[in-house]
Amino acid sequence: MTEFSLSTPLDEAAIRQLNIGDVVYLNGTIFTGRDEVHIHALKLLNEGKDIPVELKDAALFHCGPIMQKEHEKWHLVAAGPTTSSRMNSLEPEFISKFGVRAIIGKGGMSKPTLDVMGDFGCVYLAITGGAALLAAKGIKNVLGVHWLDLGMPEALWVLESQNFGPLIVAMDSHGKSLYEKVRSDTERNMEDVRKILKLD
Amino acid sequence: MITENVVKQATFELLRNAVTVLPRDINEALKKAYETEEEAIPKMQLKNILDNIELAKAGPLPMCQDTGIHIFYVTYGKDMIMKVEEAIKDGLREATKSVPLRPNAVHPLTRNNPGDNTGLKMPYINYRFSDEDFLEIAVMPKGAGSENMSALKMLTPSQGLAGIKEFVLNTMVNAGGKPCPPTIIGMGIGGSADISMKLAKEALLRPVNAPNKDPQIAELEKDLYEAINTLGIGPMGLGGKTTVLGVNIEYAYCHTASLPVAVNIQCWAARRATARIHKDGSIEHITHPKEGEI
Ligand code: SF4
Repeated sequence: MTEFSLSTPLDEAAIRQLNIGDVVYLNGTIFTGRDEVHIHALKLLNEGKDIPVELKDAALFHCGPIMQKEHEKWHLVAAGPTTSSRMNSLEPEFISKFGVRAIIGKGGMSKPTLDVMGDFGCVYLAITGGAALLAAKGIKNVLGVHWLDLGMPEALWVLESQNFGPLIVAMDSHGKSLYEKVRSDTERNMEDVRKILKLD
Repeated sequence: MITENVVKQATFELLRNAVTVLPRDINEALKKAYETEEEAIPKMQLKNILDNIELAKAGPLPMCQDTGIHIFYVTYGKDMIMKVEEAIKDGLREATKSVPLRPNAVHPLTRNNPGDNTGLKMPYINYRFSDEDFLEIAVMPKGAGSENMSALKMLTPSQGLAGIKEFVLNTMVNAGGKPCPPTIIGMGIGGSADISMKLAKEALLRPVNAPNKDPQIAELEKDLYEAINTLGIGPMGLGGKTTVLGVNIEYAYCHTASLPVAVNIQCWAARRATARIHKDGSIEHITHPKEGEI
């Protein structure tokens, strides 16, 4: 378990050095994006249109925050991760077309995403689900928002992070996934589990 | 007098209490889980959760950004039938603005978000009746991460107890880290498709340290608790000893030809709050007796 402090934009070398189980703290710009941001951004891209932010070498946070507006300025209240697997079908294309280097979320993602992470050089960083105030402590500033018409949770928020973490490298760019490891452990434990339940 | 204004005020207080301070049984179970874990990653996840709980209490601020959709249980005492829907909606709108809660309720197809957590049949209110001298309101703000992992199966009677156990195991393995474990499993056995699902959610209103009064069911709760924690899914699905904080089961008689079983998963942020409104209009908080305390 090695600890890293990384700053965005993230280059490939910074990502390739990470292995599952490592701990990362992030600094710099982070973008939020969940279902609607994925759908909307890919639609624009495929129509040959621009999106309002630069996602190359960026960190994308699967998060629908609670924001409050005070004196015309957005202020972050709570910002935990949302369940990443909802974006499974969109993420491989999203990573490879926009060049995202880190996905922050909870629960992990599917094999096609892991494969693209290996090809391109991208990692999945797990943040403690539900620990939204702890996460908010690592966000210094709300830099802006796009597509607010998608609703507060679904909008694309631009956040400035400082010491954002601890994040666990749960899927790395070398084809390894902590979730896969847990899944095979679970299979191994199944025999004991079935004994407890008197199942044959 | 129980007026609409009192119901509105009680609703507001219930919501603020629920999203900022966890019930005592959940807090204790999480602390115990932290002690139980030995490895660095699961311990860190639980430490983050416990630190976050303290931040929420100190705020007071919502512990999780997903403040859920809002399921209410209104229990009318003797001679107390009155319209409460509008008052509850008003209390929820107020809480959405000032706690604040995230506006989560959307039209199921257009996904249009009115921005105040209300809409057709939302908040959802279950009505019950008792012969007590108070009106009781319970609220369970329910996040989507855990709700989305819930499942229903219409088993055949011959699949029996073994079929029920297999179904719960499959549901939990499939859920993995997605519902923010450690979770609480609410189960409904019997009834009909809708009744079992309703029972599964109601089971989550019961504290995790209060087993079912029926010894056979209590034993099933205990066995499933032990078995699921042996799976090794762990906090946030990153591996570890604590996958569930409790298994709560409710049951109902069912048709001789069917065996419905429902699983409703609740995340560690198992928010619930109950208050009683007495005839003189005073509000008594049951789960959260004092502001910021449990
Ligand atoms: S599953 Fe629960 S703790 Fe996790 S993000 Fe959703 S509401 Fe929050």
